[in-house]
Amino acid sequence: MSVHLRCVNPGALATVQDAGRMGYQRYGVPPSGAVDLFTFHIANALVGNDPDEAAIEFTLTGGSWTVEGGACRVAVAGAFPVALNGTTLPAFRALDLAPGDLLKIGVGAGAARGYLAVAGGFAIEPVLGSRATHVRSGLGGLDGKALAKGARLALRAPEVSDPPLALDPRLARHDPGALRVVPGPQDDYFDAAALHAFVAQPWRMHPQSDRMGLRLEGRPLQHKSGFNIVSDGIAPGSIQVPGNGLPIVLLADRQSTGGYPKIATVVSADLPRLGQLRPGDTVRFEAITVEAAETLAREAAGRMNLLRAALRPAGIV
Amino acid sequence: MAKNTSGGAQRAVAPVEFRILQAGDQAMSVEFGTTVDERINRLAQAFDRRLSAAAIEGVLEAVPTYRAVLVLYDPLRIRAADLRKRLAKLVPARLEEEVAARRWTIPVAYGGAHGIDLDAVAARHGLGAADVVALHAGAEYRVYMIGFAPGFAYLGGLPERLHTPRLESPRLAVPAGSVAIGGVQAAIMSVEIPSGWHMLGRTPEKLFDPRRSAPFLLAAGDRVRFDPVSPEDYARLEARVAQGEVVARLEAAP
Repeated sequence: MSVHLRCVNPGALATVQDAGRMGYQRYGVPPSGAVDLFTFHIANALVGNDPDEAAIEFTLTGGSWTVEGGACRVAVAGAFPVALNGTTLPAFRALDLAPGDLLKIGVGAGAARGYLAVAGGFAIEPVLGSRATHVRSGLGGLDGKALAKGARLALRAPEVSDPPLALDPRLARHDPGALRVVPGPQDDYFDAAALHAFVAQPWRMHPQSDRMGLRLEGRPLQHKSGFNIVSDGIAPGSIQVPGNGLPIVLLADRQSTGGYPKIATVVSADLPRLGQLRPGDTVRFEAITVEAAETLAREAAGRMNLLRAALRPAGIV
Repeated sequence: MAKNTSGGAQRAVAPVEFRILQAGDQAMSVEFGTTVDERINRLAQAFDRRLSAAAIEGVLEAVPTYRAVLVLYDPLRIRAADLRKRLAKLVPARLEEEVAARRWTIPVAYGGAHGIDLDAVAARHGLGAADVVALHAGAEYRVYMIGFAPGFAYLGGLPERLHTPRLESPRLAVPAGSVAIGGVQAAIMSVEIPSGWHMLGRTPEKLFDPRRSAPFLLAAGDRVRFDPVSPEDYARLEARVAQGEVVARLEAAP
């Protein structure tokens, strides 16, 4: 009998995600993938997986999960309370589940998304080279859908031999400062006053945000001359400003093309932080040069390497 | 705006103008204009082909659109300043002869339940339904870009007599396979979507089927013609498509 992870309760939204479906944006396919790639990579590191192995991304609350047909090793990454058969445990540590064990993941403490990784990954056929779920077009994951109560995910290689690992959660915190952006590609659709207003004010996250886009509320930005452009490609972290003047930061499930001016683009090092914003949270933007963004990207890669080196055997449960 | 005037030919050929716009630290847009225009679209597609052939280390993928190519790259493998120089060198000096394109003939059942707006479009232009079908199926279209949804094809080349403003209020869902017109453009819907375009007909062909070895029927730069078929033929072709067959005809490049 093969080993399965069964969804007892998916929480607000749980989907299978990996690092994204690359190479098909020219055919109109959104990349999808984990919104917070930083925390996603930590989840995989904790169970000894390749960094981009598919894991479960959950939203606001982590739901409950059990294992059937054998044992498996799991890890939860994200600032969420974890309980194994009613016993509270810290997140950011691998756990060995026996058949019938109940893993419960509570409501995030200031976190919006967490990742549940299983050692050896899920036995799911990739679609267009990826296991990432894009619910809107029904691609990837488990039948192209969000995980529902009773969903069963077969495990590919659940056998483990090394001791389980843990990470000091303080090392996994995101930088709390302003979100860094590079202006453009359509910053010329805004005058100096609008560009200033964009970085000068705090923006509040609207509840109608999802994996496609983060809607922001604040003082609307005025376009200089119209808000329709002939559709072009959309980069990760692109901030489009539609006719109502309220910015939308485009995330993993973004459309491949769009027709609104894009005032600025969130830098790669800060993209994972977008995945942890919750409705009502406020953010500020800070404009930097692309050269400064490249330095931040190298620092972020270096930080991930330090985190891998900081993994330690977990204590006895 | 940079001008690329190298390339020798002394005939009165407009130099290729382009801009390279930074889109964060993982993408830049090589833009050839700001309008829907066949010349601009041909330049973008020519650049896309050159970019693909150049296989630049660190470039991950490219998204050719109406008027630009978005180049996605890994900032840990190539710096923006270097990539910018390399991309500028790939811009064609002038609009080149086009490479042989793939030419598709796609079956369409026009009107009735398959094309609920055919009669209204005909009435609006003072034409008969058969005239609209003859005009629409008599033209050759260019795939300007694939975008919005997986496999969704934006087509240029709609005869001027059929230019039609979009619906005042979009429909919440139009079915996959809808063959539609909106403004100066034509399109084939690949998946069920909300749309304000006019539905002239429907093709049984699937523009996107992840189970096929070639999941996407069309690519930017392909040419498309429509072949009117009866509702009975539509049903027969649809049954073959359901078996995984491709019923659109592909003409080998001359």
